[in-house]
Amino acid sequence: MPKPLRVILWLSIACLGAAALATIALHRGEQINALWLVVAAFCSYALGYRFYSKFIAAKVLALDAQRATPAERLEDGRDFVPTNKWVVFGHHFAAIAGPGPLVGPVLAAQFGYLPGTLWILAGAVLGGCVQDFVILLFSVRRDGKSLTEMAREEVGRVGGVVAYVAILSIIVILLAVCALVVVNALKASPWGAFTIAMTIPIALLMGLYLRRLRPGKVLETSLLGFILVLLAIWGGQWVSQSPLVGGWFTLTATTLALVIMVYGFAASALPVWLLLAPRDYLSTFVKLGTIALLAVGIVALRPTLHMPPLTRFVDGTGPIFAGKIFPFAFITIACGAISGFHALISSGTTPKLIRRERETRMVGYGAMMAESMVAIMAMIAACVLQPGTYFAINSPAGIVGAAPEAAAATISGWGFPVTAVEMHALAQSVGEQTLFNRTGGAPAFAVGMAHIFSHSLGGAVMAIWYHFAIMFEALFILTVLDAGTRVGRFMIQDALGHVWKPLGRTGWYPSILTTSALIVFAWGSFLWQGVKDPLGGINSLWPLFGIANQLLATVALCVATTIIFKKGKTAYAAVTLVPLTWLVAVTFTASWEKIFDANPRIGFLSHARLLASATSPPPGVARLIFNDRLDAGVTGALMVMVALILLESAFLWLGVLSGRKDVGVKESPFVPSRFAAEEQG
Amino acid sequence: MTRMKQIFAVLVAILREIFDESAYARFLATHHLRSDRSSYAAFLREQAGIKARRPRCC
Repeated sequence: MPKPLRVILWLSIACLGAAALATIALHRGEQINALWLVVAAFCSYALGYRFYSKFIAAKVLALDAQRATPAERLEDGRDFVPTNKWVVFGHHFAAIAGPGPLVGPVLAAQFGYLPGTLWILAGAVLGGCVQDFVILLFSVRRDGKSLTEMAREEVGRVGGVVAYVAILSIIVILLAVCALVVVNALKASPWGAFTIAMTIPIALLMGLYLRRLRPGKVLETSLLGFILVLLAIWGGQWVSQSPLVGGWFTLTATTLALVIMVYGFAASALPVWLLLAPRDYLSTFVKLGTIALLAVGIVALRPTLHMPPLTRFVDGTGPIFAGKIFPFAFITIACGAISGFHALISSGTTPKLIRRERETRMVGYGAMMAESMVAIMAMIAACVLQPGTYFAINSPAGIVGAAPEAAAATISGWGFPVTAVEMHALAQSVGEQTLFNRTGGAPAFAVGMAHIFSHSLGGAVMAIWYHFAIMFEALFILTVLDAGTRVGRFMIQDALGHVWKPLGRTGWYPSILTTSALIVFAWGSFLWQGVKDPLGGINSLWPLFGIANQLLATVALCVATTIIFKKGKTAYAAVTLVPLTWLVAVTFTASWEKIFDANPRIGFLSHARLLASATSPPPGVARLIFNDRLDAGVTGALMVMVALILLESAFLWLGVLSGRKDVGVKESPFVPSRFAAEEQG
Repeated sequence: MTRMKQIFAVLVAILREIFDESAYARFLATHHLRSDRSSYAAFLREQAGIKARRPRCC
């Protein structure tokens, strides 16, 4: 394309993006179409990719087209395999896309659609995409080393230990939060519980079918599994209407929590091929299909956003979680904007598949843009609901009351009209007994998704779409849960192996059972705490998860900044230093407020004091006080770890800048790429 | 039409990679095996260690 035309094209995209952002930011008192969010996102991503990532690739990372990647140098047909860039892109996206970008934006919508949307766009383009891109390239330059190894080699011993503890902490808290979201979505929902229960025998059947009947035919098996899941959704309607069978699947939150803990333990101890792998295939199949379907649905329906840009809860008095926009919007939305967990994927399988260095830009930066788009779609799904409906679903009974009339009156009193009759009709239309107090984000997202699907893709049956959405989320989340439990088990086995060698043997059953029990106990304790919490648990656990996730992003950005300084690219260090500074400000403020804030709805310690001084304490008060103190302790420990790695990094940076420290980076030596030679010759 | 075929081929390749069908094909090629139950069982044993250590993102 001639240069003048290119200039005109990019100027047009910039103007369109600016107009879309102005529309979503400046409209007050009238509703806007959701397509404005989609247009703003597309233009922001296009500009970010074309200009910012190109600048990073050329100036900061100096991608070398002549340099062989580990996939080429160490090719073994197993771990290291040079792979087509689109295939790696798809593989990487499937690995980073989890439930976080779906749940976080739904919860953050309590501030209105504007704060979350702006953070998703700015956070991704300037932070999350950059983190994923630079960590991917640095891992490629180090034979595909993990974040922990890079932290130890480039930052120091403290960096390595903090990375290890941060990863384990985030896994434990993530699993607890994920399980809590599923509990809140499935409690007193026989249709949903039946559908999800059926995915276990379906996965087992898939595992046996793959191993015995059609070895290696995973796509065919996944399609078969998907058809069976659709039948389970359809059958769930009958189950919910049957007094006898419906009763078996009408479970309380505590029963569901226990069932999920038993399931997590079994998934960790059973052979991978039997349950974990087929479930993983099934959930990936459903995930990719549903995300594509949601994008089509939003474009086809072009729904109106009923949520205002800003709600009254920007003052920190929100019913879903307490606290002001800063820092809590930035903690609540992690995965759609910047997620430390992605650094594990960028320094895991993906660097071992990259064929050419220049492809890290498309895979690292590009896949995170796609993930961010998923978060925008989740925000749209939440904001197409009437605000009264949104708050009725997401507000815990401890805030709005357990009785429908009382809850409706409280929410209407906030200026978001809703009636118990309307909510009852909505619950009936989706095949649920009630939609009040269904905290956790998943039910609200499912109602929004069902609204979009039933109005755009046909099939006016809201109930089927709602349960399809619930199945999609729960399946997705339970896959994170069983994979995470097993990863956590391996991490504990690795650590205990240093204490007593047999405990480190991954095939030794006493070790498998002990470490599986330990990891399930760790996340199960937090889950139990969330289930017993009168505020629904999300108020305390989701911020903890956000803090842990952003701590990992802090570790990743510290490693990246250190390498940039060591490579003498000081002038460009702001590329990672600015998002790092922002994250430190967010993490420290959020941690401080969660521990010490005088408002008992925010501060763990003030809540514990309030409970201790209550004249008529609620049942199990000692346990609630213990939970508050435990949460405060965990948050404090996370804060100390951030401080430690920051201090170690800062001393190193000062040493490098003053010339006192060795500036050698631990890159693998340059080897010319045969792919480059083939391309040129 | 050729362009559409290329796009379809890439999509299929992405799905085959995500769903480990390509990894299985590479395993068979590396070990000079034919696809059957015992080969797939050997592939699953090799994959178990890798897959089980791979976290799923939040």
